[in-house]
Amino acid sequence: MSLETANHPEKLKRIAIEPLTRVEGHGKVTLLQDENNQIQQARLHIAEFRGFEKFIQGRPYWELPVLVQRLCGICPVSHHLAAAKATDILVNATISSTAEKIRRLMHYGQTLQSHALHFFHLCSPDLLFGYDDEVRHRNIVGVIEDHPEIAKQGVMLRKYGQEVIRLTSGKRVHGTGAIPGGVNKSLNREEVNFLQKDIGQIVQWARDAVELIKGIIDQQPEYHKSFATIESNMLSLVDAGGGLDIYDGNLRAMDADGQAIFDQVSVLDYEQYIGEGIKNWSYMKFPFIKSIGPENGWYRVGPLARVNNCDFIETPLAEAERVKFKAFNQDKPVHAVLAYHWARLIELLYCTEAIQVLLDDPEISGNDLVNKGELQTKGIGVIEAPRGTLFHHYEINEDGLVEKANLIVSTTNNNQAMNESIRQVAVQYLDGNELTEPLLNQVEVAIRAYDPCLSCATHAMGKMPLELELLNASGETVNRLFKHSDGHFS
Amino acid sequence: MTDQQTFSLDGKSIAFEDGDTIMDAALRSGEYIPHLCHNPEFKPHGSCRVCIVNVNGRHVSSCTFPASQDLKVESNTAEIKQKRQSLLQMLFVEGNHVCPGCEKSGACQLQAVAYYCDMLSPHFTHFFPRREVDASHHDFLIDYNRCIVCELCVRASNDVDGKQVFSIQQRGIQRHLAVNSDSGRLGDTSFSKTDKAAHVCPVGAILPKDIGYNQPIGHRLYDRQPISQVGDVAANDKTLQEEDTPHG
Repeated sequence: MSLETANHPEKLKRIAIEPLTRVEGHGKVTLLQDENNQIQQARLHIAEFRGFEKFIQGRPYWELPVLVQRLCGICPVSHHLAAAKATDILVNATISSTAEKIRRLMHYGQTLQSHALHFFHLCSPDLLFGYDDEVRHRNIVGVIEDHPEIAKQGVMLRKYGQEVIRLTSGKRVHGTGAIPGGVNKSLNREEVNFLQKDIGQIVQWARDAVELIKGIIDQQPEYHKSFATIESNMLSLVDAGGGLDIYDGNLRAMDADGQAIFDQVSVLDYEQYIGEGIKNWSYMKFPFIKSIGPENGWYRVGPLARVNNCDFIETPLAEAERVKFKAFNQDKPVHAVLAYHWARLIELLYCTEAIQVLLDDPEISGNDLVNKGELQTKGIGVIEAPRGTLFHHYEINEDGLVEKANLIVSTTNNNQAMNESIRQVAVQYLDGNELTEPLLNQVEVAIRAYDPCLSCATHAMGKMPLELELLNASGETVNRLFKHSDGHFS
Repeated sequence: MTDQQTFSLDGKSIAFEDGDTIMDAALRSGEYIPHLCHNPEFKPHGSCRVCIVNVNGRHVSSCTFPASQDLKVESNTAEIKQKRQSLLQMLFVEGNHVCPGCEKSGACQLQAVAYYCDMLSPHFTHFFPRREVDASHHDFLIDYNRCIVCELCVRASNDVDGKQVFSIQQRGIQRHLAVNSDSGRLGDTSFSKTDKAAHVCPVGAILPKDIGYNQPIGHRLYDRQPISQVGDVAANDKTLQEEDTPHG
């Protein structure tokens, strides 16, 4: 039974988890229970509205990498780089080797800091203490008290990633390093030395983090396999050889059995493969694979999809961990929602190794920073943000001003999957029970595994269907107005 | 020399010559009085009022008030500072000055003067006016969101370029910069990137295209030195042109 929409919601008891805690942005979950405490409806709502797609219209294209990164304070580099890649196409440039390496360094730094923040600060309390630990203790302060070494490593891993971002983009948050056709700075010797000083320790802590999550899973393997688990298609970028690539590459979609739905699709053709649906109860769109259709074509993105989808990882330590990860499900795709954390930490290790390799590359200090050609009118940039595949699509006029923008943000890609996962939790743990805080935290644990960034995912303006209900004092519907996606009312 | 003419600025003796304004004499002596619409290359305008000072108990704009013997001028006082902050706050809320997303940030005179005057919040309610970007010209654009109506471009185009590309329309709060062409667009005028008017804008309103963020944060004009030491944007325009190329 689908728990998306109950038949008679007006007769049901409504429980709202609002706001969701230890996630980025503001969202809520609503649950409708009948008189037997059976869950009849479960929805994840994104209550914020951002609208960047609209208000960047009319702005000059070269502002895009700096403007759109203001979507977020946690992974602004993803938006900065996705927009920069789109503007590379607008200025008809193949960026220099130095520019690509500086951008990669920036991106590895930000994925490192974002993954560290997500795992250590936001999720480790659930995993270390259990979902039913006392609320006052189930947080990062509790981790600092009980596991000071783990907490310190988490903070230091994140700090290192922030330093990589600062030196490549000018600031820890909202820098300006990537510009159309390249970058505005490379790293000088002093900056390289500064980062090289600690990278050995950082790689070691990343290895420890992978061991930590494996130890946690080993304690309760069945719980980790089954909690909120759903089977789904998965989408990610891969490089030309099928390897993990979070900065560039082509699109690969796999079905739940690991069979390719499409592979090595140019990101420029994404519109032919990915559609976007809307529902009347959420500001967030619902993307789907067109060849399968809106009903069953939804998919997951992010660390779980990437580590499942790729054939190999180019750095040795992360590759060894990927092999162990795949063995968890006999080399078939791992669908466990909590395995997101495991995949995330394998990627965290990959980022530290990739940073180490780049720091030894003299090209990161090169002077060939920007290339530019004849202005084009359409640019598409796709990157693997920490939370998953991120699409930026811009169209500009001949004066260089933005006329149209479409952003499919990582969390939007996971919209249906997160909804399916909370419905799974509802059936697994909540049905028939009086709802208590620890039980409701199970819902949040499922959402947190995806590492959603809720605020950056809501952009469509004027298209969203909305429902207005007038209730009398007894809560009965007196009147109802419905605005359809094409703008007409009924 | 005994016949040197002087006035006092915050207790310091400032020498002046006949025909000087307070601003002229102060700048020549190396004393900074914050200003936006003033540029020594052009006739004083006195419109932004940011250079307000207290002269013998009266509030005047130092860029237009003639220097005279034994004037007692107060600039760096709590009272004047408060007035400057209010003037700047009004400028910020009347337009759309979004420093975090503005490519002029770090090299903007409005921002630098605001920092100099310790104006760290807008205080008043933002107007959020709806204004356009005119990118019709091949080399330059006008972002009307950031125009503070200092009229430096009007003066430069009239007095130096002899082109009269710009003018001011309407009055009061509706007062705004306009382009003198039938379409009202810069691309339909004789404006050129070598015009003086292209290099006098103190804010991010008249900008060369495709430059954006080529200059890294931390390397921009006012990142290195405060405006009281390094001076106006226009006076540093040569430096800005060199900075257009990204650095390794």
